[in-house]
Amino acid sequence: MNMKSLGLVLAGLTALTLSGTALAQKKYDPGASDKEIVIGGISPYSGPASAYGTIGKAIAAYFEKVNADGGINGRKIKFISLDDGYNPAKTVEQARKLVEQEEVLLLFNVLGTPPNTAIHKYMNDKKVPQLFVSTGATKWGAPKNFPWTMGWQPNYQSEAKVYVQHILETKPNAKIAVLYQNDDYGKDYLKGFEDGLGEKAKTMIVSKLSYEATDPTVDSQVVTMKASGADTFFNISTPKFAAQAIKKAAEIGWKPTHYLNNVSASVGSVLTPAGLDNSTGLITAQYLKDPTDAQFQKGKEWDDYVAWFKKYHSSANIADFFNVYGYTVAQCLVQVLKQAGDNLTRENIMKQAASLNITLPMLLPGVNVKTAADDFFPIERQQLSRFDGKNWVLFGKVYGP
Amino acid sequence: MSGSTDRKWAWIGGIVVAVVLLILPFLFKNYRVFQFNLVLVYAVAILGLNILTGFNGQFSLGHGAFYAFGAYTAAILMSLYHVPYWATLPVAFVFCFVFGFLVGFPALRLAGHFLALATFALALAVPQLLKYKRIEHFTGGVQGIVLSKPEPPFTFTLFDQPLSADRWLYFFTLFVSTLMILFAWNLLRGRVGRALIAIRDHPIAATAMGINLPVFKSLTFGTSAGFTGLAGALGAIVVAFVSPDSFAVTLSIFLLVGVVVGGLASIPGAIFGGIFIQYVPNIADELSKSAPAAIYGVLLILLMYLMPTGVMGGLRRLWARLRARPAA
Amino acid sequence: MEALLFQIFSGLANGIIYGSVALALVMIYQATHHINFAQGEMATFSTFIAWWLIQSGWPYWGAFFFTVAVSFAGGLLVQRIILRPIEKAPVMTNVIVFIGLLLIFNAFSGWFFDHTIKSFDSPFPKDSALATKYFSAHQIGSAGVLLLVLLGLFAFFKFTPIGLAMRAAAQNPGSARLVGIRVSWMLGLGWGLAAAIGAIAGMMVAPVVFLDPNMMAGILLYGFAAALLGGIDNPLGAVIGGFIVGVLENLLGAYVIGTELKLTVALVLIVATLTLKPAGLFGKKVVVRV
Repeated sequence: MNMKSLGLVLAGLTALTLSGTALAQKKYDPGASDKEIVIGGISPYSGPASAYGTIGKAIAAYFEKVNADGGINGRKIKFISLDDGYNPAKTVEQARKLVEQEEVLLLFNVLGTPPNTAIHKYMNDKKVPQLFVSTGATKWGAPKNFPWTMGWQPNYQSEAKVYVQHILETKPNAKIAVLYQNDDYGKDYLKGFEDGLGEKAKTMIVSKLSYEATDPTVDSQVVTMKASGADTFFNISTPKFAAQAIKKAAEIGWKPTHYLNNVSASVGSVLTPAGLDNSTGLITAQYLKDPTDAQFQKGKEWDDYVAWFKKYHSSANIADFFNVYGYTVAQCLVQVLKQAGDNLTRENIMKQAASLNITLPMLLPGVNVKTAADDFFPIERQQLSRFDGKNWVLFGKVYGP
Repeated sequence: MSGSTDRKWAWIGGIVVAVVLLILPFLFKNYRVFQFNLVLVYAVAILGLNILTGFNGQFSLGHGAFYAFGAYTAAILMSLYHVPYWATLPVAFVFCFVFGFLVGFPALRLAGHFLALATFALALAVPQLLKYKRIEHFTGGVQGIVLSKPEPPFTFTLFDQPLSADRWLYFFTLFVSTLMILFAWNLLRGRVGRALIAIRDHPIAATAMGINLPVFKSLTFGTSAGFTGLAGALGAIVVAFVSPDSFAVTLSIFLLVGVVVGGLASIPGAIFGGIFIQYVPNIADELSKSAPAAIYGVLLILLMYLMPTGVMGGLRRLWARLRARPAA
Repeated sequence: MEALLFQIFSGLANGIIYGSVALALVMIYQATHHINFAQGEMATFSTFIAWWLIQSGWPYWGAFFFTVAVSFAGGLLVQRIILRPIEKAPVMTNVIVFIGLLLIFNAFSGWFFDHTIKSFDSPFPKDSALATKYFSAHQIGSAGVLLLVLLGLFAFFKFTPIGLAMRAAAQNPGSARLVGIRVSWMLGLGWGLAAAIGAIAGMMVAPVVFLDPNMMAGILLYGFAAALLGGIDNPLGAVIGGFIVGVLENLLGAYVIGTELKLTVALVLIVATLTLKPAGLFGKKVVVRV
């Protein structure tokens, strides 16, 4: 062999060894490859909960932007989102389709407590991440028994306890009325509230009324609550009913200290239809910026948000707070994937998800995303704010660890 | 001449179908087998509703309630009392039969639209009842009950695919649904079936002929509820989860859709009904993310135009046309 | 005592809503002998159209009457195009098509107008002379509108030739054709009128419950119950049925069973009533000659 061919062989061998080492550093589970990461999602695009389908659409729009900007570490995201109509039996079917047929790397932001409960065991048995589930139920942060499932938003019980703290600090002899939706969301908030009050729950809560999502109005409940003599009102209802309750309370001249759950705290979608005057004095706990609140409609974060909205999601309603939610939770996943680098195994994804310590642009200042191996509650901080007729004005301290 | 050829073809067809059904689960992935199981479950539920609405003319918009009742019976028996899964089925049938019989009594006074409203009210009330806090320790309340999937009792491999839990459940479901179909066929082809149809078409004449209307109609309600309740129990085992949200009003509406799409007063139609309500929502979902329900609605209307008497009606017309040709 | 009065009056106010929807259902039934399950969704869609017009700057009453006209045309078209091919098909086939229409209209509302709730203004200003302590101006106003529609329907069916022709076409299409009534067009007209009434109901309801694609879902059941309770062929019965259902629902929830089982108990009561009076409280008893 002459020098030239020896050099070629050596070069070839070196290249082979080097690439071999590089290949050895890339680890993939089903759904990940050099070119793309396949992510599964399940949302109610039809049926009674179809309003929440907006979140899935916002997430898809954000992934579009990420792909247009070059993807994550050179890989494009392929987001397959299926409809379950909020029927847990269908969620099971779709989850199995995504995991067994589409072979996604992980399931992201599946919506609703019953749907997630239905696939909870399956996901953990199959060892596929059920990441950043879209519900505030408290049971998703249990890494010991369910290491493959993680929540995202501040859980409902902790939010309720923040309100309890405030009531006990400012009005320890309050007579409280509670309105709650008769499902897992309403009951979870209620549990946190009653647990937070502890012994005092029996004496302080003078009226506790539920409603079904299929009821036309909650006017009757509001009338009953006024008659009970309550001077404090904890309103656990979704946007439509929250607006009705605010409006009716004002109509019948009932002016309690009104705590509104975060799900319905949007200025544009709830307070404006209910009447801005009627909503003055409302208290809520927030962790995301309200897109209809003028105080947040400036700065780079806002400009980025609007630019994304106009380019990738223009058919949606910018007043809809679900879009901010989708935008932010998608950013969180992108962070996890970035941190995972070339090790795109499901185990590493969960490991990275459990090692987060970041802030995101549309989160309130002071609220962060922090996880650890024994802390599967990414967002725990929230701050109280009071509505002054035009905006939510933050006050007091930031609650949470 | 053509009679025995017909029968020969029927036998051959039957054997082919049986063989295909038996090896089907080994040709597909587990998740597809899961879908097949759901088709069979819905078929039995639709068969139940068909007995009442198709054969007997009593309009029920509330069979989701019986399905839910059967599902929860199975779930509570399995999770609280550790009853083996196969034993929950007869219990679910009996409970739902009694429940349906009791519902059948007031239903005697209601006809047509009034019965539809009453059964619709039943379907709406059931999720609320299931969430009632006084029975929460039984029903799991809003969180529902999580079940374990039954494991196959032996190992077996065909075409390289093992007998997984889903495939075992497939055979179990196939066995049960075949039993129920035979039961229904036997029930309906004799005097009972003729009595039911007589009551549907000419109630006054039927009474004049000596058919005890109240008893028959209530028994029909009970049997229909029993079938659908058993399907619910099967469904609970297959999906391994029950919650009030799984049994919203949409289920009752879909069951009725399945009955009409398959063909009123037709037993094999139930299978087509099951296929329709299982797969068409998936098709609609693939065609449109913004409004999948609209696509479903359009497909539904188109099907009704093309086959107003359901798939079985359409097939019968096709078969009649094919057979009529040589005569010309 | 004051609370009880408030509950009763609140129930009556809800009753106006249920009664309006019930009227539309009665209208369709009288014209076609079918119950249109898509009535609620069509009404919602009409209300969205009105909302969109008002957002674009139209004055309220202009948008109101235009929407009513458009809904009439829409209802007529739906009957002519979608329902005519299956006029002769069995009842169940029609029912399934109604369900299909329900799904389509609901999905379209969500698709075109999205799911955030919209406030819909009432034409009866809050502090007009009509307002009293127990009833807002809007509630009195909608009651007035309901009454007008009811009287109009009554007069239409009883005194006009077309009304008579419509009733004949629904009751006995064969004989009606023999006397020269164009049955098919009567059905279309019936649908148009029902859609128009539905639109009015929707526009009266929206200021109270807020406008969103699922606005009518809960109301339709109670409207249905009200219509049947009052006798499905009796417009006045439908309205009274609406009031009964509204008050019953409120009182049950507040005083008898609590809100967690309100739906169940209300429906049990309605079914019990129907068991005792199968043709509804004010319906005509149909006697069949054997």
